[in-house]
Amino acid sequence: MANQGVNRGRRRFLVAATSVVGGAGVAAVAAPFLASLQPSARAQAAGAPVEFDVSAVEPGQRVSVEWRGQPIWVVRRTDEMIAGLSEVADRLRDPDSEVESQQPAYAQNEYRSREPEILVVIGICTHLGCSPSYRPEIGDPEMGSDWQGGWLCGCHGSRFDLAGRVYRNMPAATNLVVPRHMYRTDTLLVIGEDEDGEAI
Amino acid sequence: MASNPDTKIQGGVLGWVDARFPLSQMWNEHLAQYYAPKNFNFWYFFGSLALLVLVIQIVSGIFLTMFYKPDADLAFASVEYIMRDVEWGWLIRYMHSTGASMFFVVVYLHMFRALMYGSYKKPRELIWIFGVLIYLVLMAEAFAGYLLPWGQMSYWGAQVIVNLFQTIPYIGPDLVTWIRGDFLLSDATLTRFFALHVIALPLVLILLVAAHIIALHEVGSNNPDGINIKENKDENGIPKDGIPFHPYYSVKDLVGVGVFLMVFAVIMFFFPTGGGLFLKPDNMIPADPLVTPDLIPPVWYFTSMYSVLRSVPDPFLGVVAMGLAVVMLFFIPWLDRNPVLSMRYRSFAAKFNLGVFVVAFVILGWLGLQQATTEVSEMSLRWSTVYFGFFFLLWFLSKERSVAFSLIAFAVVVGIYTIYDILRFDPSDASLIMWSWLIPTVYLFVTMVAPAFARGLGRDRAVPERVTS
Repeated sequence: MANQGVNRGRRRFLVAATSVVGGAGVAAVAAPFLASLQPSARAQAAGAPVEFDVSAVEPGQRVSVEWRGQPIWVVRRTDEMIAGLSEVADRLRDPDSEVESQQPAYAQNEYRSREPEILVVIGICTHLGCSPSYRPEIGDPEMGSDWQGGWLCGCHGSRFDLAGRVYRNMPAATNLVVPRHMYRTDTLLVIGEDEDGEAI
Repeated sequence: MASNPDTKIQGGVLGWVDARFPLSQMWNEHLAQYYAPKNFNFWYFFGSLALLVLVIQIVSGIFLTMFYKPDADLAFASVEYIMRDVEWGWLIRYMHSTGASMFFVVVYLHMFRALMYGSYKKPRELIWIFGVLIYLVLMAEAFAGYLLPWGQMSYWGAQVIVNLFQTIPYIGPDLVTWIRGDFLLSDATLTRFFALHVIALPLVLILLVAAHIIALHEVGSNNPDGINIKENKDENGIPKDGIPFHPYYSVKDLVGVGVFLMVFAVIMFFFPTGGGLFLKPDNMIPADPLVTPDLIPPVWYFTSMYSVLRSVPDPFLGVVAMGLAVVMLFFIPWLDRNPVLSMRYRSFAAKFNLGVFVVAFVILGWLGLQQATTEVSEMSLRWSTVYFGFFFLLWFLSKERSVAFSLIAFAVVVGIYTIYDILRFDPSDASLIMWSWLIPTVYLFVTMVAPAFARGLGRDRAVPERVTS
């Protein structure tokens, strides 16, 4: 093929234009594949609120309730446990629950709960998603003499108090999440829904 | 024409093929006339062994796929079915699980060989890059495969690793949901991991292995002396210190294959769980999203990186540090600017640096298997510092440094982590923080300060013209 008489500008334009159209085509084809990896309609529909009767929880007991496949802990704290909450405050990273994403406004108080004695939190460590183990015993020898009860994450050693607040210098940087919840009657707890509607 | 029937048949069939496909040419270029240095030693077994394990994994994997069911409700039971009811199913599964661990054993030894003999240096940088990519894909492959039995360790191990992405600012939570395909680790996650494990990643792996070998055969193999044999060719253009890969090294590698398969068989038949290192007892319990096992150590080949993760208190920075622990490998060819390839002719300081790196890697690996106590976190931090120090030292030892430069660089590096120690100082752990401070400091002293005063420690030796044995 002779190269004379080649319109270089035109050739460059055609190469660029074809590349752009081809690139747009690739992007358009990639979109449905990438979007297919998002949660399906069925997965999105599976997140309905659950109900739980808290009267069955003994003082000091922790019960796990399943909501959206996650463990939700319901703890009825004893007076001794509640007294311990203020004692550990100076060793916590966020004692006043100032990180708003970690609890609804009604749980932003010293107990991180609607009822002082009943704690409702998602039992998933805010570090990398393990479920910490319950260590309610005050002064548990494994946890140190000043331990006021709480949780220890077996994966990376994060410690939480009995309001789900994380201690300082732990792998986890934020308190355990309090899900949206409310009491339909005095003892019937609804997890995943409150007066403002269902959790997202 | 009829005088020699052998030639005729060869010329006939082979000639017919060769006219249409470069069969003889490929055979010669990659085997019969690929001249490898004559002084390969023990460490050169692991490249071909890695290829062997890849084949073992693909064959055993194909057969496992015939019986396994990628469904959160059926997966665990289908693995039990393979183990109990499928004829020889237990053998095929143990072959695959042993192969996974052996793959990493072989690859780690192969990488150590490259570090020892400078196989990443010019002109082999791309071979090294392809190799690190293979290592990355292998980790992804192993991780995806580990989820498939849908046991407790599968589930919670994957939970932790997937949640690593959650720590990325802004996009983290959405990204994790996208990876899982659900708001928690579920069937959607299992099926996509299955697809990645059996199709996508093996394809990528095979392509990368091909690129790795093509690049190797383009520039030629390195050797324990780190001497370029192509600089000494005879009148036919054949390296004087080279021998054809086939039959010399194909036969030598067969001996390695024999010994390796013996070790492989002993593990597969007598210690398939590797004392809990290869297969964990907790994984014999079906996955339960509500209960985390007490201790979730990753499989042994990830524990070094996992220790690096745990040594940093901030989640995102921890993930960055862990990522860097792998990504730093890519930069090795450009960090180490020393012209001497082989450790045989490198200085004491360079040998010490590599030796301590191996020790740090092993200790971090052990720490990653332990419960996260204060001591374990502290040791992880110290040995992580040493781990990253290795890369800095690769650069530092590229040439002889002046006394002043050595002292200043030493003071700066030690100063950085000492300041961090002061900031995080906790009186209750005072003695631990203070004595463990010596670990990186002694290491850096021996590699940076000592050679500045005892010059013999930092001086490389002369490299001979021809390979030695």
